[in-house]
Amino acid sequence: MSKYTEEDLEKELETQEYKYGFYTDIESDTFPVGLNEDVVRAISKKKNEPEWMTEWRLEAFRVWEKMEEPEWANVHYEKPKFQDIAYYSAPKKKPKLNSLDEVDPELLDTFKRLGISIDEQKKLANVAVDIVMDSVSVATTFKKTLGEKGIIFMPISEAIQEHPELVRKYLGTVVPTTDNFYAALNSAVFSDGSFCYIPKGVRCPMELSTYFRINEGGTGQFERTLVVADKGSYVSYLEGCTAPSRDENQLHAAVVELIAMDDAEIKYSTVQNWYPGNKEGKGGVYNFVTKRGLCENNAKISWTQVETGSAVTWKYPSCILKGNNSVGEFYSIAVTNNHQQADTGTKMIHLGKNTRSTIISKGISAGHSQNSYRGLVHVGARAENARNFSQCDSLLMGNACGAHTFPYIEAKNKSAQIEHEATTSKIGEDQLFYCNQRGIDTEKAIALIVNGFSKEVLNKLPMEFAVEAQKLLEISLEGSVG
Amino acid sequence: MLKIENLQASIDDKSILKGLNLEVKAGEVHAIMGPNGAGKSTLANIIAGKEDYEVTAGTIELNGEDISELAPEERAHNGVFLSFQYPVEIPGVSVTNFIKTAINETRKAKGLEDMPAKDMLKMIREKSELLEIDRKFLSRSLNEGFSGGEKKRNEIFQMAMLEPKLAILDETDSGLDIDALRIVANGVNKLKSKDNAVIVITHYQRLLDYIVPDFVHVLYDGKIVKSGDASLALELEAKGYDWIKKELV
Repeated sequence: MSKYTEEDLEKELETQEYKYGFYTDIESDTFPVGLNEDVVRAISKKKNEPEWMTEWRLEAFRVWEKMEEPEWANVHYEKPKFQDIAYYSAPKKKPKLNSLDEVDPELLDTFKRLGISIDEQKKLANVAVDIVMDSVSVATTFKKTLGEKGIIFMPISEAIQEHPELVRKYLGTVVPTTDNFYAALNSAVFSDGSFCYIPKGVRCPMELSTYFRINEGGTGQFERTLVVADKGSYVSYLEGCTAPSRDENQLHAAVVELIAMDDAEIKYSTVQNWYPGNKEGKGGVYNFVTKRGLCENNAKISWTQVETGSAVTWKYPSCILKGNNSVGEFYSIAVTNNHQQADTGTKMIHLGKNTRSTIISKGISAGHSQNSYRGLVHVGARAENARNFSQCDSLLMGNACGAHTFPYIEAKNKSAQIEHEATTSKIGEDQLFYCNQRGIDTEKAIALIVNGFSKEVLNKLPMEFAVEAQKLLEISLEGSVG
Repeated sequence: MLKIENLQASIDDKSILKGLNLEVKAGEVHAIMGPNGAGKSTLANIIAGKEDYEVTAGTIELNGEDISELAPEERAHNGVFLSFQYPVEIPGVSVTNFIKTAINETRKAKGLEDMPAKDMLKMIREKSELLEIDRKFLSRSLNEGFSGGEKKRNEIFQMAMLEPKLAILDETDSGLDIDALRIVANGVNKLKSKDNAVIVITHYQRLLDYIVPDFVHVLYDGKIVKSGDASLALELEAKGYDWIKKELV
């Protein structure tokens, strides 16, 4: 029979090549491999940083040197050789751009292949895009519109020059340099990233968006993002990633810090599609990310993530609910296929009174992948009437993959109300046959079922991002689609 | 419309259909009755193309074309519809989204563009009225938390939307109270035309009070052993299946 079996699907999944697996040959200015104080100083000097910044990096480096790589996550991989990585890479031509015509044509072509037309983005989505290409921002748009509202949105390297007082005040206050191995490493060597400041009472009129992309083989990427929403302000921030195919493993250790002051709200959405490695699990990006937000009184931070890429993911966007009545949310879809491993989840730290948090995690595992949810709900002794609701659902495809849930709950206040729900399901033959019988082929049926499963999270994404995310889910799981 | 000749099929080497013949013409309603384990649901699943069964002999023709090598979705595109005995749940996918996908996938297979949203909406409105379906019902997740009656009504709603040539209703009456049964049966009757055909699979005569068959077949031990008109169903109801079994000995 000319039917499309699960084995056929598996074969297709295996042979599916990474859609964005290409490499742009832009002349790069890359440091020799290895890491020591001199390299840290050189990075800082290269970026023309003030003394305090250099010192801050060096302190982080000294801490990092004494730290051990964490091993508690449910992932197995060959540890990166930190002395074999080049810690700085920037496109050599860093042009001051007045228009797109001045952009390196090859770079523009890269954007086109990624489906990012800057021009189109400007018109279409009302999105200001700050594109990070190999660690250095080469295009910043909409600065003017934002400037009129007093909003600062720029590469963090520029912010260090132009707004040192702001950066110095907030950098490392949510994720201290000593926080963990990768955060310390990032603090020492971060090359660039984004800085965003929304002044008091300002509602950012557009979604702020950054596209990250790893280029240049063997270069680790250490992004640093700092978003500060002053009292009563609002901002929605989008982060999307694609990366070219690479044989050796690439290390990505980003740090994102969010600060929501009294009555402020930050929505932070991520679509992550780093190269996941080939079907044998060779290559692929190691994604060890520290993301954390701090909420003051009545503030709200909402993390939404769609994770489809990386060989190994280690990521727990968290909220410190310090202020009274503050709210933390975490909505996540994590897809793993082939030999991908993901250990992801969140931490909700309830410190203030009447704090609330919601965790919705959807894990989808296929192939030989391992998908773990790891979450902590902590209620401090003074956090009267804290509430949490957690829901962790896993969807399995095939018999070789795994789904795991590690929920940790620490309640030190008796008034806390904590709920945890978890389900595990499998895409059943019966479901597929039912769809087939209605004229829907197996591929489309899987897309339908997966999208249905992920709906609560997809609904949280801004519209145009949701469409992109839906496509990514299909690409990640369905070979011939897209 | 449908012509089945000498159909033999097995599952896990266990023979279930043992040389079944059946011909259904456009405009006809056929009822297939029989005791548990006779192969009624197997027949329905095999016509729809379920992969678990191995067809070892015989042919299944739909409008002169042999469909036995086609994938289930291709058979659906050719107008085969199966109303499931146990419809599955698909969480997060609304009835509307599901039927929209089904219709557009079928159109795509025929080289047609997606149905314009306006037309889709109009059709959904018409068909849901026909089957006395509350519009709120259409935004619920497919079959999730549906009562037995709602599930079956949803099956007939999909049938109404997809306008199949051949509809097979597998135990559509099971789990229905008398009101739901009446609504479902009325729906089927309204959808009946001279261009399509219906096969009703049932244990009981009850449903056939509402959907009156032109032919009644008794399926026993993998074969159709007796055929007749609607009166055969009444006779079965009165005498039970033992009568048939004895006759065969």
